[in-house]
Amino acid sequence: MMVELGHFALILALCVAAVQVMLPLWGAQTGNRALMAVAEPAAMLQFALVGFAFAALVQAFMGSDFSLLVVVQNSHTLKPALYKFAGTWGNHEGSLLLWVLILALFGACAAAFGGNLPQALRARVLAVQGAVGVAFLLFLLLTSNPFVRLDIPPLEGGDLNPLLQDPGLAFHPPFLYLGYVGLSMAFSFAVAALIEGRVDAAWGRWVRPWTLAAWIFLTIGIAMGSWWAYYELGWGGFWFWDPVENASFMPWLFATALLHSAIVVEKRESLKAWSILLAIIAFGFSLIGTFIVRSGVLTSVHAFANDPERGVFILLILGVFMGGGLALFAWRAGALEAKGLFALASRESALVANNILLAVSALVVFVGTVWPLVAELAFGRKLSVGEPFFNAAFTPFMVALALLLPVGAMLGWKRAVGRPLRALIPVAVLAVSVAALAYALQTGRSALGPLGLGLGLWVVLGAGVDLWARTGRDAVAVRLGRLARLPRADFGKAVAHGGFGITLFAVAALMAWKTEDIRVVQVGDIFTLGSYAVTLMDVAEVQGPNYTSQMASFKVSDGSGFEAVLRPEKRFYPVQGMQTTEAAIQFGVMRDLYLVIGDPQASGGWAVRSYIKPFANWLWGGCLLMALGGFLSLSDRRFRVAAGARRVAGVPAE
Amino acid sequence: MTRRGGAVGRAALVLTAALLATPVVAVQPDEVLADPGLEARARAISREIRCPVCQGESIDESTAAISRDLRLIIRERVLAGDSDAEVTAFVVARYGEFVLFRPAPQGSNLILWAAGPLMLLAAVAVALASLRRRGAADVPLTEAETARLAELLDRKGGRPL
Repeated sequence: MMVELGHFALILALCVAAVQVMLPLWGAQTGNRALMAVAEPAAMLQFALVGFAFAALVQAFMGSDFSLLVVVQNSHTLKPALYKFAGTWGNHEGSLLLWVLILALFGACAAAFGGNLPQALRARVLAVQGAVGVAFLLFLLLTSNPFVRLDIPPLEGGDLNPLLQDPGLAFHPPFLYLGYVGLSMAFSFAVAALIEGRVDAAWGRWVRPWTLAAWIFLTIGIAMGSWWAYYELGWGGFWFWDPVENASFMPWLFATALLHSAIVVEKRESLKAWSILLAIIAFGFSLIGTFIVRSGVLTSVHAFANDPERGVFILLILGVFMGGGLALFAWRAGALEAKGLFALASRESALVANNILLAVSALVVFVGTVWPLVAELAFGRKLSVGEPFFNAAFTPFMVALALLLPVGAMLGWKRAVGRPLRALIPVAVLAVSVAALAYALQTGRSALGPLGLGLGLWVVLGAGVDLWARTGRDAVAVRLGRLARLPRADFGKAVAHGGFGITLFAVAALMAWKTEDIRVVQVGDIFTLGSYAVTLMDVAEVQGPNYTSQMASFKVSDGSGFEAVLRPEKRFYPVQGMQTTEAAIQFGVMRDLYLVIGDPQASGGWAVRSYIKPFANWLWGGCLLMALGGFLSLSDRRFRVAAGARRVAGVPAE
Repeated sequence: MTRRGGAVGRAALVLTAALLATPVVAVQPDEVLADPGLEARARAISREIRCPVCQGESIDESTAAISRDLRLIIRERVLAGDSDAEVTAFVVARYGEFVLFRPAPQGSNLILWAAGPLMLLAAVAVALASLRRRGAADVPLTEAETARLAELLDRKGGRPL
């Protein structure tokens, strides 16, 4: 019964979404307030209906309702409750329902918190958001209906892929979707502004919190996925340049660019057309990502069961929204004249450079991701593009970005003078000397580690100097007092930039300085790993809820009294017939110890892989700092207090 | 996320016995060369070679049988004194350029490699051009504005802004 109600709610949601598109749009064109006012209740109702459908599906998964095809294919009665719950979105149909739910959630939020927007703009934003909803609800109902019943329900289901049976599944996809579905808000604002033919500082101020919120979620979602891969896949890799990872990374890069260009719109009324274009492209790349994950044109370890029909449908959605958005842009962009002029040496120019680097680097990722497809279709070459290519082609952009960041962040608006930059000279000297020292200390290793160290220091200390410079030029005590009263956005900027520097450093350190050891170990053997002595104490059979496990116990110690027991496992999931490795990790501030137990050897003993991963936690710590910085900016009161104040036309901003 | 359809899931059950024989970690201890220098070279080479039957894994990460064979071949060639380029060429000659994770910058692949730098140049050119155009559009003040400016300056005692 609940299943049918859920199905019905989805169909109703589709109808409501269609109303949400047509009436407010018509009302905004004709100035009819009553029609415009339909937008908010429609958005709320759409969210409630999709929410109900989602709850019905969750209930079916929790209760192992094997009359539902999607439950049969992805669940099992013995599966722990957490994975029954999270398994709701561990498959194509369920995850698409989550997608639509989050889309409706953002629409409802815009309806709830958009009270300070002019009514016509709000009606148009919600209408565009509704249009995206219509497209995806149609997609869901026509090609990927999660509520398909079976005539004869089986007694047991096929279980969820063991790699997904991890707490990561409960958090990673929702955050990721909150991120890239959240970019639909930026898209809706952009299209609404194009229809209205007007973009001003107020628009920049309204669109930024939504973009920022989406960006925060996307940052956390990507970081979680990377963290999950690190501990689950068994060799401690954290980023594989897999097509699906790229699919989430490209919108992130564009969203990052948009965040920065929207600042210029807000403060200087420049880069308007460009910001609109970025908003369209950022969401476009979310759609491209959805296409990559669900169409199967690019093989990936992440890909859902693929179906050409679905691929064509998403391509259609992509064509309508990207094509429509870009056509509208081409038609109306001329109306968006820039107001603020700026010199070559100015904060604006630095942000343009930031945008160029981020956008081009995202396009490099895009070209690399689709190149195998293009090469096969156009040139008949079957080839692969993987990590070594991306490392070579993408890294220079991030290096350039990091070099530019502290300087750009301190330049003045409009026409900058060099004086404030003098504070950065000691930072530069320090960063270069520390990098040189690190290079001298390490023998025979690549320059990657020292380069990352130098760049990281430059960015982190640069962010600190920038914050300190904001307090003026008085006595230290006075400046400390001012520091406490700086707007939160200033702290947000410093923290996010610092986080970027830390992540940059950690990536380089992890790649350049890791220690690896592969060997056969007998029970009772001791071997050395870096400065640690590792003893294999025993290997035992352990029965899990839906798997059997061979669990090894290692004792790790160093000379200075540090001691830890690590228990890596090798699991076998009989339902899916799959083996997984569960690495044991001893987390530390300066390094992680990472142990993996392999197969028993014919000669006796076990294959063992062990690693020291330097500064591993800093990588995700840096990402979290970036997200925290975004959150600090988001909580700045200017978004709440001044957001409603649209300046009278004709008065230049600031 | 990977997901197997029902049919595939059942087929996997049948294959359980076969799968049981699959090693769970990639590079096995018995593959490792005694000379750490040569081993490091072999590892570096195998990180750039794609496992022919997996989805986007290098043979260094893959647990497939063919990846193990390839790793062993690479070590054989390294021991035989081949240079890195020769080893890679040896593998590519047998498995095609599909196994190269870093496509050789030849022929149509030049587009792939040149894409980044070219797009960067184009973006910088467009940005500079629009900056210059915007600078040129710095319209002079109208008469009314000039008068108003003078009035304001007078009120402030004629101090320049």
